[in-house]
Amino acid sequence: MKKNINSNFYIPQIEKRNRLARRFKYTTLAAVILSLSFLGFFLFDIVKTGYPAFQQSYIKVEIKFDEETASNPYGIFDKTMSKLISRAWLRSLPQKIAKNPQWMGTTQTFWALLNAEADQHIKGRLSRLDDSLKIKIEELLLKEEIEKRLNVIFFFTGDSKIPENAGFYSAIIGSILTMMVTMTLAVPIGVMTAIYLEEFAPDNKITQIIEVNINNLAAIPSILFGLLGLAIFINFFGVPRSSPLVGGMTLALMSLPIIIVSSKAALKSVPASIRQAGYGLGLTKWQVTKDHVLPLAFPGILTGSIIALAQAMGETAPLIIVGMIAFVPDAVTNITSAATVMPAQIFTWSGMPERAYIEKTAAGIIVLLSVLISLNTMAVILRKKFEVKW
Amino acid sequence: MNVKIKTTNLNLWYAQNHALHDINLGLYENKITALIGASGCGKSTFLRCLNRMNDLVPSAKIKGTVVIDNKNIYDKDIDVVSVRKRIGMVFQQPNPFPKSIYENVSYAPIKHGIVKKGKECDELVEKSLIAAGIWEEVKEKLQAPGTSLSGGQQQRLCIARTIAVQPDVILMDEPTSALDPISTEKIEALMLELKKKYTIITVTHNMQQAARVADYTAFFHLGKLIEYDKTETIFVNPKEKKTEDYITGRFG
Repeated sequence: MKKNINSNFYIPQIEKRNRLARRFKYTTLAAVILSLSFLGFFLFDIVKTGYPAFQQSYIKVEIKFDEETASNPYGIFDKTMSKLISRAWLRSLPQKIAKNPQWMGTTQTFWALLNAEADQHIKGRLSRLDDSLKIKIEELLLKEEIEKRLNVIFFFTGDSKIPENAGFYSAIIGSILTMMVTMTLAVPIGVMTAIYLEEFAPDNKITQIIEVNINNLAAIPSILFGLLGLAIFINFFGVPRSSPLVGGMTLALMSLPIIIVSSKAALKSVPASIRQAGYGLGLTKWQVTKDHVLPLAFPGILTGSIIALAQAMGETAPLIIVGMIAFVPDAVTNITSAATVMPAQIFTWSGMPERAYIEKTAAGIIVLLSVLISLNTMAVILRKKFEVKW
Repeated sequence: MNVKIKTTNLNLWYAQNHALHDINLGLYENKITALIGASGCGKSTFLRCLNRMNDLVPSAKIKGTVVIDNKNIYDKDIDVVSVRKRIGMVFQQPNPFPKSIYENVSYAPIKHGIVKKGKECDELVEKSLIAAGIWEEVKEKLQAPGTSLSGGQQQRLCIARTIAVQPDVILMDEPTSALDPISTEKIEALMLELKKKYTIITVTHNMQQAARVADYTAFFHLGKLIEYDKTETIFVNPKEKKTEDYITGRFG
């Protein structure tokens, strides 16, 4: 539309100013779109790579049990079949026989675990199998003697050097135990520190120095906390290395500044009028803090703590330093024996030479991401739920 | 007429800023005393000296005495909590706790051990809400949050909360400046009712309010007490030129 230059509302450079404003708006929008597309691409790639790991191929086999099968399970099948069936599955046969002595002398049908190379081929991935074996697999697929099932092994076994037998279970348990240690240490200490600094500490040089240092600690590279954990917890106090205890303590050190800073912010945001009201009624500092300030600050403290823990859960570097990168085939049951955690397990798998570990790595990332996203969602929901309308 | 609160050579500094200069003032029992003056004249600071709320300001330093019932509240053997229990305070912004109406009133008396939870407490809550003239409006919804009330109701709830602790003195720091005229009128009527039992000291920017409710008026200027007398005298026949200038609206 043509501008009326004679109008009272006409300002000569207004078009230019509007253009600048529009350009700025589109630049910012472009930044958002760019970052969203990076995120989208990353998620798409991870899911595409990782989802096949949630399935595993099994092959139908018949085994005639006798003395020899029990003593040498690796000799049951002919050369071709031996190249398809997982060594891990064969290795577990004697145990199964011992549990079921009535099998002796009979013939049983099993769905045996297919090895990783064959499994990769079935999933359409590059595989080092011979062509003859590939043809054999096609035949078996047609006869429906090979089928893909939900990969329960991934969720219910620990790590293994045999790819098809490697699972995320010990890492999940390790992460849970480590987080429990971190939570029980970091949340109470962090919240108490925040309460002291915000409500009780005199406003002097020492307090200011402490606060500045806490803010700086929140920005320190996490690997340094690992070194601190190694030097103090393991070398000085003799906490068992690779254990959820030492990992949890190290991560607690790392989470503390974040919990303190966010709890302090939550306490600070409680209106001063509430404290005044309390003091005006002759309440003690503790009564005012506990019954009037903390309930208002609670949602903020909770959110801060959950986010700090979520961050700690995804942390790898400090745990590598304290040895939680160990090969752990069996899930730990206590906090002092060697364990691994989800991000460390992902890191280990990412360095394995076998192709099948690629999808395991991606699947591990999917599991870890889902846990982190649910934790963050929980933080948002809890915040909404406990928020006191003011 | 009894002097309830007597301040002698009361001085206060906020860091380097000398906010109160040698305030000597005797406040009478069962009277309403209004403190007037321009913003920053020290009237609120003075009010906060009377229940030691200034203790919460780290930079504040106080010299002089505030004697209430023959005891200097700044003496070393006095616990600040006991001072604030006997000298209640109502603030400019209504500031109910984010709890139910009932808990707003009952919280402090229970903590002070005035009443125990249960019937005794219910009675005190009812009595306090009646005394604050808000019982009829809230008796059906005692469990509703205090913040759900209107501004004027919230302020009366805050007064009820203060009364429930059974103080001798009620300090009011511009209690109606955030309220509409109708709520203001209710609070003023309430103040006249409350002075039968309590000594009331109020800070106000509203000259008509001081004239309407106060028995005595003290005029502060730049941290000094300029004039203190019966309200009629201050408003009709002030002795000091500054007081007259302020009241007639020539400054402030």
